[in-house]
Amino acid sequence: MQPFTRHTAVAAPLLRDNVNTDQIAPIGHSRGLKEDYKTMLFMRARQREDGSENPDFVLNKPQFRNAGILVTGNNFGAGSSRESAVWGMLANDIRVIVARSFADIYRENCLQNGLLPIVLDPQDADAFTAKVIAVDGKAPFTVDLTTQRIIGPDGFDLGFDIAAADRMRLLEGLDDIGLTLKHMSDIVNWEQRAAAAQPWLQTAHDSRR
Amino acid sequence: MPRTLFDKIWDLHLVGQRADGRDLIYIDRHVLHELHAHHAFAQLEKQGRPVHRSDLTFAVQDHTVATKPGRDDETNPSGSAFLKAMRAGTRKNNIRLFDIDDPEQGISHVVAPELGIVLPGATHAVPDSHASTVGGVGALAFGCGTSEMTHILATQVMAIKRPKTMRARLEGRLGAHVNAKDVALRLIAELGVAGGRGHVVEYAGSAVRAMPIEQRMTLCNLNIEMGGRSGFVAPDDATFTWLAGRPYVPKGAMWDRALAHWRTMTTDDDAVFDRDVTLDCATLEPQITWGTDPSQVVGISGRVPDPAAIDPGRRTAAESAFAYMGLDPGTPLAGLPVNRVFIGSCTNSRLPDLQAAAAVVRGRRVAEGVVAMVVPGSSTVKREAEAAGLDRVFRDAGFFWGESGCSMCAGGNGDRGLPGERCVSTTNRNFENRQGPKVRTHLASPATAAASAIAGRITDVRQLLSGAV
Repeated sequence: MQPFTRHTAVAAPLLRDNVNTDQIAPIGHSRGLKEDYKTMLFMRARQREDGSENPDFVLNKPQFRNAGILVTGNNFGAGSSRESAVWGMLANDIRVIVARSFADIYRENCLQNGLLPIVLDPQDADAFTAKVIAVDGKAPFTVDLTTQRIIGPDGFDLGFDIAAADRMRLLEGLDDIGLTLKHMSDIVNWEQRAAAAQPWLQTAHDSRR
Repeated sequence: MPRTLFDKIWDLHLVGQRADGRDLIYIDRHVLHELHAHHAFAQLEKQGRPVHRSDLTFAVQDHTVATKPGRDDETNPSGSAFLKAMRAGTRKNNIRLFDIDDPEQGISHVVAPELGIVLPGATHAVPDSHASTVGGVGALAFGCGTSEMTHILATQVMAIKRPKTMRARLEGRLGAHVNAKDVALRLIAELGVAGGRGHVVEYAGSAVRAMPIEQRMTLCNLNIEMGGRSGFVAPDDATFTWLAGRPYVPKGAMWDRALAHWRTMTTDDDAVFDRDVTLDCATLEPQITWGTDPSQVVGISGRVPDPAAIDPGRRTAAESAFAYMGLDPGTPLAGLPVNRVFIGSCTNSRLPDLQAAAAVVRGRRVAEGVVAMVVPGSSTVKREAEAAGLDRVFRDAGFFWGESGCSMCAGGNGDRGLPGERCVSTTNRNFENRQGPKVRTHLASPATAAASAIAGRITDVRQLLSGAV
């Protein structure tokens, strides 16, 4: 996984609650296994009915075309568990999402891919949102995971919280499976105990065969 | 100390704790589907890591399969590559695949309990947010992304922070033609689409106890629509009776031993949940969504709400939903003309769902101009329905009777509505564009969907059957 330490980019406001993964990464437009995640991101919102670009969508506005930080509302990433809704962000160099809250599976998918999910409490979220709107893409923000701060123009400086373990995992770009494989002896021991205590769980056999 | 059923299952499956504080929870049964599995197989190959327990892993072709009779890999051209990659990946990794032509193919969440692959008190994972459907038999199931699926394939555990607990007590006797779908929609309306976030929900109460297992699955299926991490119903005699004799369920002395254990799979009397909510279901009428998220729900006799009456935090979303749905505040739901009706999906495609719909349809005709589809949740359900003559009932009425799969739930197989169409659907998400660009989805029960197909407008099934419509 690509480590995350610091990211400097324009911040774009997508100020809605409950943005779902159907909106972030619509399925069904590709015939192959190799999807174009860059194009997929918010594809329906980016286009008008005739297929032309929708100039009103925030990521289509000139000042936000290269945004690398997304600022949004509550319960971001609701719905389907599809990880393409994270891959689409990375394909567009969006490496930080600042939300008031995330849907559980989406947040986990972010952590698995080196996308930093920041949750701000309502007061800080209000302050950051106001700043992002005022700056309007004219200057970048820097999100620093080592210091846990968001730094912006005119002395803007805001701290954020993240669980220490999640922070470490992102900073070091740790291989999640590798972390768990260190416990393989625990896993095998558990399997042996389960095979004795709940043997029906350790076999899955079709009794007709 | 008294424990909840969630605590008991969690503690029994706790393998260890990682240095980062995450619990390692053993996954007893892992079921893959073709939309995401190819990524995981490719990752494992790249990393040179084997599948740790291919014998506890199963795979289905469900998201992209065509529903047209006589289908094959090419019937839905956009699914073909996924089906083939799944076939190659499962063969290489020695995983049992319920392929497109398997007599037991179907939607993972329908197939796993129907074959007894999932069991009470067992843990289960699927790379799909509706994994907790199988909570209906008392299993603890987690939906996950692709990376987590790869992790489970390599280790058979999930690295997960212990969620909080919630109990939803659903009390009272349900009225005629009111069922789990209506209860779940009302609960989501009350708690909101993020009301269950971070929580594993135990569904309890007299209304749940009275539900047949298939309805409990409908209830648990919709758990993610209020953001819940997982959801289940504690198993009881109805569960054990339902499971007995299914192909993958333990037999003989092993069954007796398992049963004795399953009887301990209950929440202790004095156990405390992080959150406890109660819903009185006795006066509930059939429910239907009017908007573009599953919490935008009214009773079938209700009207599109007045924005002034909506909680300010939900008002902006409501206003955008009015526009997308082509509805003005104050409009009654009943009577809105419909173009399309879909009966199916992991939410409502089991045999009793089709029976409930067929009871409404029998001897009637789909209204002129309405496209109506029934897609059974598994090939087993389809066969059983055909043995009971339900396919004739639907076909004679003018319904399309399809091969099993996810179909119009997300349209991943090409089954979609046309722009501007209003569709009454027994699925789980009324998100914008989900059932096709600009399609306006109203979520409801199979009985309500069937009644709406017959009348050609959104209809209270009780009125249709009493002759009032």
